Amino acid sequence: MNELLHLLKTNARLTNAQLADMLGKTEQQVADEIHTLETKGIIRGYTAIINEELAKSTEVEALIELRVTPKRDCGFDEIAKTIMMYDEVETVSLMSGMYDLALTVKGESLKEVAMFVSQRLSAMEGVLATATHFVLKRYKEKGILIEEEEKDERNMLFP
Amino acid sequence: MNYENILSSCVQNMKPSGIRRFFDLAATMDDVISLGVGEPDFSTPWSIRKEAIDVLEKKKIVYTANAGLAQLREEVAAYLEKKIHVKYNPEHEIVITVGGSEAIDIAVRGVVNPGDEVLIVEPSFVCYAPIVQMAGGIPVPIATKQQNHFKLTAQELREKITEKTKLLVLPFPNNPTGAIMTHEDLVQIAEVLRDTNIMVLSDEIYSEMTYGRKHCSIAELEGMQERTILVNGFSKAFAMTGWRLGYLCAPEPVAKQLVKIHQYIIMSSPTVSQYAAITALKECEHDVERMVKEYNIRRRYLVEAFNRIGMTCFSPEGAFYVFPSIQCTGMSSEDFCEKLLEEERVAVVPGNAFGESGEGFVRVSYAYSLRHLMEAVSRITRFLEKHGGYHE
Repeated sequence: MNELLHLLKTNARLTNAQLADMLGKTEQQVADEIHTLETKGIIRGYTAIINEELAKSTEVEALIELRVTPKRDCGFDEIAKTIMMYDEVETVSLMSGMYDLALTVKGESLKEVAMFVSQRLSAMEGVLATATHFVLKRYKEKGILIEEEEKDERNMLFP
Repeated sequence: MNYENILSSCVQNMKPSGIRRFFDLAATMDDVISLGVGEPDFSTPWSIRKEAIDVLEKKKIVYTANAGLAQLREEVAAYLEKKIHVKYNPEHEIVITVGGSEAIDIAVRGVVNPGDEVLIVEPSFVCYAPIVQMAGGIPVPIATKQQNHFKLTAQELREKITEKTKLLVLPFPNNPTGAIMTHEDLVQIAEVLRDTNIMVLSDEIYSEMTYGRKHCSIAELEGMQERTILVNGFSKAFAMTGWRLGYLCAPEPVAKQLVKIHQYIIMSSPTVSQYAAITALKECEHDVERMVKEYNIRRRYLVEAFNRIGMTCFSPEGAFYVFPSIQCTGMSSEDFCEKLLEEERVAVVPGNAFGESGEGFVRVSYAYSLRHLMEAVSRITRFLEKHGGYHE
């Protein structure tokens, strides 16, 4: 992968000056490249990775598997596009394997998510079956450990 | 009991490690940011660890052949042929050792007679001189210079050669300077050595950590393999320091003698580690690439950062260290390290721990996450503003 993208994926808050040092480029070059990546739509946004428990968030999150009937001519795209219009839906992916679409859905309570699945998703035309799995605890996200820093067990000074 | 009469004078005369004092001092503080280690921050790639777990479950962990598992030696031979285009016979020319350290020890013991002089390129890793002394040899340092980017020059080498010179320790890519020797640099060195009877101990433990160009071994050069003992290992390249596994390669008449020492002092290198190392060589090239890419990003960041705040440093092309000058502070290396530790809680290693020619420099390791390095740089910047006259 492009080294700039790689760095931004690990820490999107690095300044252009820091990125320039790390990549052996000038600040202006970095600014230009980021601008290009953004206008081309390669970078779609910047976000934070949060330990929800420490943030005292009451949100619940669920992974939902959907089996759907693909439509003639447009396959899974049409139903995926309809589903992603809901604000509750965080991610939508087309999957290989036992089911077709994988969603992550967020809500204020278990009940709210369950209601969303039964009333909105299951009722949609083309949806054959759903399976809802609530997330109980997140250990790692985007390569970052959520709960604890790995402890450095190396000797502090070593020749 | 009077232990002084009991302990060997050789051991008692051995200099204690130069960084012990800082280590003790740092250990009393709890918010220290260290840039002082000499080992990767990455974990050993999972496929290597998994292989070790499987071996523990399925195999009896018995001694291997003295020289190491035949399959591992074959893999080492294939790896070296691919990387440096040098052919070693796995049966007679390769010995698997307990880290690169043991390889250095038995290489020195194998060639040095009492009174022989051993040329040691400095600044360099701390073990060479004590090992030479234990073998009865005389360490002769060759100081490399910053203006030469700490490379060894033919002139510097020639000046130190005497009738008693037996061995040249050539440690590149270099700890602590990060210097490398390119093919062109080595040609000059080989030129000097070719008409002598001097052997080369080429410590290439950081061979995978080069940036911008591939590592070159002196053994690659015409007529040099026959006078080279090549030392390498798994610690740095595959992030396997604690597994204690390395190897040496030497012409058969040399290896044949060295394996005798290994046999008596070690018997055979750790068996689980040897199996895991086979996996490392066969399957983990992309892991090495991934780590080297990360090191390179950190390296560029640190070089820029230090030059900006007045701790000038050349752009090192190897290992995972930068070696900035602290001249702008007017302090000695040890003063600098002690004050930096006390005032800003950052631990770096004084350059003179690696030989007198390291005075005026400090070794900064970038075997740390970028976040860690950025915090350290901001502390060092604050320190320099106070002591070095650096102002943004």
